[in-house]
Amino acid sequence: MEISIFEAVGPIMVGPSSSHTAGAARLGRMAAKLVEGPFTHVDFGLHGSFAKTYQGHGTDLALVAGVLGFRQDDERLRDAFSLAKERGITYTFYETEIGGAHENTVCMSFSMTDGSTREIIGSSIGGGQIKICSIDGFPLEMSLNMTTLIIMHKDAKGVIYQITRALAANDINIATMKLNRQEKGALACCVIETDSDIPDAVVEELKMIEAVYSVKEIN
Amino acid sequence: MYHSLKDLLQQSLDKEVLISEIVLDNEMEQFGYSKEKIYEKLEERYAVMKRAASKALHESLPTAGNLITGIAMQQNAYTEAGVTLCGDFMNTAMAMALSGSEVNASMGRICAAPTAGACGIVPAVLFSIEKAKKLPKEAMLNALLTTSGIGTVIMKNATVAGAEGGCQAECGVAAAMAAAAGVELCGGTPEQSIWAACLALVNCMGLVCDPIAGLVQVPCAQRNASQTVNALTCIDLAMAGMKLPVTPDEVVESMYKVGRMLPPQLRETAQGGIAATQSAQEITKKIFS
Repeated sequence: MEISIFEAVGPIMVGPSSSHTAGAARLGRMAAKLVEGPFTHVDFGLHGSFAKTYQGHGTDLALVAGVLGFRQDDERLRDAFSLAKERGITYTFYETEIGGAHENTVCMSFSMTDGSTREIIGSSIGGGQIKICSIDGFPLEMSLNMTTLIIMHKDAKGVIYQITRALAANDINIATMKLNRQEKGALACCVIETDSDIPDAVVEELKMIEAVYSVKEIN
Repeated sequence: MYHSLKDLLQQSLDKEVLISEIVLDNEMEQFGYSKEKIYEKLEERYAVMKRAASKALHESLPTAGNLITGIAMQQNAYTEAGVTLCGDFMNTAMAMALSGSEVNASMGRICAAPTAGACGIVPAVLFSIEKAKKLPKEAMLNALLTTSGIGTVIMKNATVAGAEGGCQAECGVAAAMAAAAGVELCGGTPEQSIWAACLALVNCMGLVCDPIAGLVQVPCAQRNASQTVNALTCIDLAMAGMKLPVTPDEVVESMYKVGRMLPPQLRETAQGGIAATQSAQEITKKIFS
């Protein structure tokens, strides 16, 4: 996979640690984007090095700032706890063990205002780069460096064909594509990275495909 | 496209251009950025680096536990007193590296290169050469291209996370990136650039990550200073013709393997090295009580 030079010299960020501060802020922000919709509480389960050193690196501040939508170069990051209080969002931190996970991994459980719970697991893999490892228990892998489509669908013949046909018809080039399923004929997840943004109309078109349950676009 | 140091060097030799030019062309091709857009982003990084390398030289910044508060100012004052052993050049370089580390620890804005913990090294090396040789900004932006080209190759083939590879993967890689670009700024060849990077890696192979209290302060800041010196000396070694009897990519691979061999206690967990000492434990207790 190609890595941009701005990942090697960059990101521009608030210190002190690219993996424990910037990466954590980005994990929080991307997780909040993925769960979509308002939430009132987040439980942060910290694994490995995250669990051992989170206070010293401001990982806790960064994660909270991230779920509030702040970027990694925002100097308000150091005020994350008071900002969360202002917005009425609560949080807890606990240490956990996630089998086979990267040293800097966090499990974020969002209590949504509609009463549901959403869970995102992700790792900060160095230099501010992240990897989302699972959504609501469904394992996948994405870096969210490019425009990314996350499509949950039924494992059935021709679904991928319909998805890729719709993208091609709208002049969108697929850069990478990963497909996972729980078991034959059950829930499947297709993660597609594209070279250009996806217009809303195309997202709606993808949602119309019969076996598709949900479509989420992250820019 | 290049995936190894060998690719990067070969492409430079084939096209008879500097590494920076190969890196620029590749970035335009792979990511669809215009040349203007790339230079705009480089300039933004240059500005953030400039500020971080000088901000703590004349004011001391608050850091958690104040473990490194005031160290850049102290080094700068010593340099200005004109009594140094290694001279103004080396001492100013170290002071700039310490400033970057101090700004970072105070939760200020920095540019990771390749990480935040190592953010003082690339600016300290490049700005020292910029000042000594009175180089124009354009040359500096090109040097940042070379810096990042080396960085991306190491990211592809090894790691830049202290939690995965120890300090050698953070400060060591920063020194390698800076050394390669430094050679280019000094008028060296692409081959000398690559060797300077490798020498920097070899010189600190196995360096552990053992931050006191888990904070990116001690010995991170001190190692930003020492790896700046490492990079500067490797530039002169490579410019003189120093090579290694192994291939450049073998050096990168070795660094990665050594990193994986390090026990977790020595990889950013603050459970080994000087972080595990009695004194460090007491500092930890004091800060987090």
